[in-house]
Amino acid sequence: MRWESWSQFWHMGGYAVYVWGSVGVTALLMVVEVWQARWAHRLVLRQVKTEQAVAQLLDEASSVEKVM
Amino acid sequence: MKNINWFHYAAPQTFYGLAGKAWPWFAVLATAFMVAGLWIGFAVAPTDFQQGEGYRIIFVHVPASWMSMVIYLAMAFWSVLGLTFNTRLSGMMTRALAPTGALFAFLSLWTGALWGKPMWGAWWVWDARLTSELILFFLYLGYIALTSAIDDTRRSDRAGALIAIVGAINVPIIYFSVKWWNTLHQGASVSLTQAPSMAALMLWGMLLVALAFWAYSIALVLYRVRTLILQRDSHATWVHELEEVTR
Repeated sequence: MRWESWSQFWHMGGYAVYVWGSVGVTALLMVVEVWQARWAHRLVLRQVKTEQAVAQLLDEASSVEKVM
Repeated sequence: MKNINWFHYAAPQTFYGLAGKAWPWFAVLATAFMVAGLWIGFAVAPTDFQQGEGYRIIFVHVPASWMSMVIYLAMAFWSVLGLTFNTRLSGMMTRALAPTGALFAFLSLWTGALWGKPMWGAWWVWDARLTSELILFFLYLGYIALTSAIDDTRRSDRAGALIAIVGAINVPIIYFSVKWWNTLHQGASVSLTQAPSMAALMLWGMLLVALAFWAYSIALVLYRVRTLILQRDSHATWVHELEEVTR
């Protein structure tokens, strides 16, 4: 460990804006990307389920028609 | 050696299951490498005698730049496979890679600008290395825009494959730009043929973050390709029999 205090660490020898600007934006974008991928996956799963439910309803409706 | 039938694993149905089992492992690897790399880079590695603490940007900048080039080559690789063997998975893999590649190309430019300002006195210069990396970023955006503009998936995949293959010529240009032209950007500090021109601890920090980015990209691409498979095979019986769909 080469830092004497947290404030020295955050200060980054006067380069704080540049170093933390790099690390921060990288971390933020990676989190956003993961979140976006999860959201997209859930959305597609929901669509597939809806499609299936509709197909089932149509199936039942047509069998009812046949009986009548 | 036993003959492996790669086409079996390239079937979307099989690959969906494989990718589902594999991505969490790569996510764990990414986290472990990231913790180790950031620890070495930000807590252990010494201060640079010329650039002070500002040099620590390279722990993000160099791995992000490498990934931006590797991912583009991976897209070109899948595109060649797609055009030659006409496998459906290839187009989906290329598409799953593009957003992550664009992200790393952007991060390469962003962290580069944040390094350039204090070290060179400029956020941006029209130097061969920077310009060719900017073109790479635009190629990613072009790929994404082109493929999402064409509704027919087969045509869209084929058009995307062409842009991925043709654009791949830019990757060696980025890599060798610091040798071929007189650039403000410094030459490679790490190469396959020579001993690295940097302290061992700095090198280790950088390599570990690079491994973390590799694992992160693989995990995310496997995850994203599953979404694409579900989307494209949404009418297939196997999708309707999936546990996550029936429950």
